[in-house]
Amino acid sequence: MSWIISTENMRREDGHRVGGKGLALGLLARGGFAVPKTLCVTCEAYQAYVSQTGLRERILLELNRKAFKDMRWEEIWDCATRIRNMFLRKPIPSDLAAQLKDAIDTFFKGKAVVVRSSAPEEDEAASSFAGLHESYVNIQGTDAILKHIAKVWASLWSDAALLYRQEIGLDIQKSAMAVVIQEIIVGDKSGVAFSQSPNDTSQGVIESVYGLNQGLVDGAVEPDRWILDRRKKTIISHTPAERKQMVIAGESGVRLDALPQQLANVPPLNTQEARHVFQLALEAENYFNSPQDLEWTFRHNDLVVLQSRPITTLSPQQHDDGRSWYLSLHRSFENLKGLRQKIEDELIPAMINAADELARQELTVLSDQDLAAEINRRWEINQKWTNIYWEQFIPYAHGIRLFGQVYNDAVQPEDPYEFIDLLTRTEMASLQRNQMLADLADCIRNKPSVAEALRTGQTEGLDPQFLAAVDRFVQRFGDLTCAVTGGTQCEQDSEALYKILLEMAAHPSLQPARSSLNDKAALQENFLNSFDGQQKQTAIELLGLARSSYQLRDDDNIYLGRIEAQLLAAVREARQRIDAHFQGASEKKIADELRKVVESLDHRPQFQPPYKQKPQDGFIVQARQLIGQPAGPGLAKGPARVIQHTADLAEFKYGEILICDAVDPNMTFVVPLAAGVVERRGGMLIHGAIIAREYGLPCVTGIPDATRLIQNGDQVTVDGYLGIVTIGSSGL
Amino acid sequence: METSAEIRDRLRNLFESQKLAVVATQTGGQPYASLVAFVATDDLRHIFFVTARTTRKFSNLRSNPRVAVLVNSGINQESDFHDAISITVTGSAEEIKDPERQAFLELYLSKHPYLEDFARSPSCAFVRVAARSYYMVQNFQSVMEFHIDQ
Repeated sequence: MSWIISTENMRREDGHRVGGKGLALGLLARGGFAVPKTLCVTCEAYQAYVSQTGLRERILLELNRKAFKDMRWEEIWDCATRIRNMFLRKPIPSDLAAQLKDAIDTFFKGKAVVVRSSAPEEDEAASSFAGLHESYVNIQGTDAILKHIAKVWASLWSDAALLYRQEIGLDIQKSAMAVVIQEIIVGDKSGVAFSQSPNDTSQGVIESVYGLNQGLVDGAVEPDRWILDRRKKTIISHTPAERKQMVIAGESGVRLDALPQQLANVPPLNTQEARHVFQLALEAENYFNSPQDLEWTFRHNDLVVLQSRPITTLSPQQHDDGRSWYLSLHRSFENLKGLRQKIEDELIPAMINAADELARQELTVLSDQDLAAEINRRWEINQKWTNIYWEQFIPYAHGIRLFGQVYNDAVQPEDPYEFIDLLTRTEMASLQRNQMLADLADCIRNKPSVAEALRTGQTEGLDPQFLAAVDRFVQRFGDLTCAVTGGTQCEQDSEALYKILLEMAAHPSLQPARSSLNDKAALQENFLNSFDGQQKQTAIELLGLARSSYQLRDDDNIYLGRIEAQLLAAVREARQRIDAHFQGASEKKIADELRKVVESLDHRPQFQPPYKQKPQDGFIVQARQLIGQPAGPGLAKGPARVIQHTADLAEFKYGEILICDAVDPNMTFVVPLAAGVVERRGGMLIHGAIIAREYGLPCVTGIPDATRLIQNGDQVTVDGYLGIVTIGSSGL
Repeated sequence: METSAEIRDRLRNLFESQKLAVVATQTGGQPYASLVAFVATDDLRHIFFVTARTTRKFSNLRSNPRVAVLVNSGINQESDFHDAISITVTGSAEEIKDPERQAFLELYLSKHPYLEDFARSPSCAFVRVAARSYYMVQNFQSVMEFHIDQ
């Protein structure tokens, strides 16, 4: 058993130990092709690492918290984040580390390298892991190389890789990963070559960029493209790119740089060079006996093969097994920066305008026909913004995830969600709303006469100052009737609001956790100090992006909620007219038209009925401990308030545990009264988890059937460290 | 006849080879058995396990610290009847906290490294059982007792 092997010593039967990429390089070297000096860390090294450190079982425990099919993508991302952090934090055992270090030192003598994944699975027929596992370019120093080997190992468990393996039916338990370490070849121009085009078997394809290949592979730099004739070995067509950027090696890692002006109008390859590359691709095809997909680079005039793999015979269209979708789960920093600009400068202001414009329209003056048209118009506006929400706002949350990964790589924190502490206490609209509620509750607490008036319903003679404050709140956020009735009844009725305020006033107020402000400054400094120069600037920008992305995750729903409220206001007006018309039959015709519009909109989420504990053949089933995902640290006990209907929110009492199917930010006003939060939907970045974290409340998410298995009033304990909810007495 | 040293060796070997033990606690005269991942000290005076604070067993042993712990080498085959060894330990349990906890947590994690997240969770208690007596059963019905001088 050996943990590391050089390409010279590799044999064909080593394939299962060194993975497809490693084996191809070994065979190319043996066949006399120019390849970089390469070492391969075998699958046995991976196995030794995960066995000796206990990671093997730890990973499987993590992945088996619940059935994979029951996990939303967000939960899988959370799992992958926790697993990646295990790899970052668990050092390679000393005997293995010593052998690897020794071999790397002797072989590369301090030169910079590329660290690439080479999983045996990448070879399996009809599967292509290209891009799903990670590669790291320009890594210098033995310790850094070891760290990056661990990162490549971790990429076996990335969300995208997990989903893809699940989809193509590979056994997760058998997964292993070899790692290829190559001397870095800093080429002037690089690219890929298909000896046979996936679209036309008589042709081949070359793509090329200036600088390193990284830009082409991850899509940041647009390549020039050549189509060649396989038989005549001549160029059929050349499609030039808009050449603007190139990827170059920095002090460590790579960066995107502007392309020097004099290169912008010159294709990276001349005709002779393009034919040279194609010739090489054909030689590789001949050598391996199957069409090849090559990565290559020109250093000065030397053409070097970086890797070669067989082309799957199906065209990309026929071969859509979801990999492209899994790849799209991650967005580049550049892409997200563009999205941010669009959202902040364009979409959010437009959304606020749209809501304001609708609010200004007086509905009572419209004729029935005009009202029906207005409802349709509002429905379309609401639909338009709902679509934008899914297409633009939801993907923007990747800003948080990208930051999380960069933060964890740099800091390697004990808590893989520590990065969220750097994003909280942003000025979220839901927190501003809750602060206004807390201030109103303060008024009530200080003026017993107001409390008394609200309790007895004698609201006529209320303190004008208090009423003005209530008005300001309602102007801005509505009076909560929309939220507690699920939007079916948004009339001016402050009963729900007063109920919540009285409950808040009767108890000490819960403020967002402020104590962490100093810690947060220290965290930020610690994070930024892991970078120098240009990288530090990027880290600062990324933090800004992540904060904006985090804030939007809540705010967008509040803004969308305002537009929806305007649609519902028009529907409500229509309903009132239908009821009135019912008395006089003469107006029935128009009322019908209105009714049709209204009924077409009348679909509200169905709440699941609670699970009935009936004895069956003498057995009674009772849930005791439910496992979800830990989403906010802490331990809390209290009576359950199960939200079966949005109206239940108005009944929320101080110290209860909020149990719900899915919280949206329009419902989170009860959170300051809660002792803990449990949600059926899973993930660290869902609204319930975000707001719980802001208030420092224990939170568990991703409990299937939470609202069915837990009964209103059950004593429950929320363990936000382990992600467990215990029903019944817990002895705490 | 086995010497005391031989018996102790046998106990140590069994404790090293087995990952799981059954812990019996009680509440109001009702015994309650639970499976735990355990580690024993070399001097055989202590057995450690970790439990979430919200569990029945933790609640039970807080109100009554007297426990029994069963470890056995069975492999769920017929041959277990003549071949397997079972050891029942009686003693009393208590939660231990830092700094003592830290040292023994390392011992625990060296045997169960995959339980790191669980064992380090602030919502879990690290429990030490001070053993008073061992009851070793082998060859189906041969029983030896081993008492620790307190």
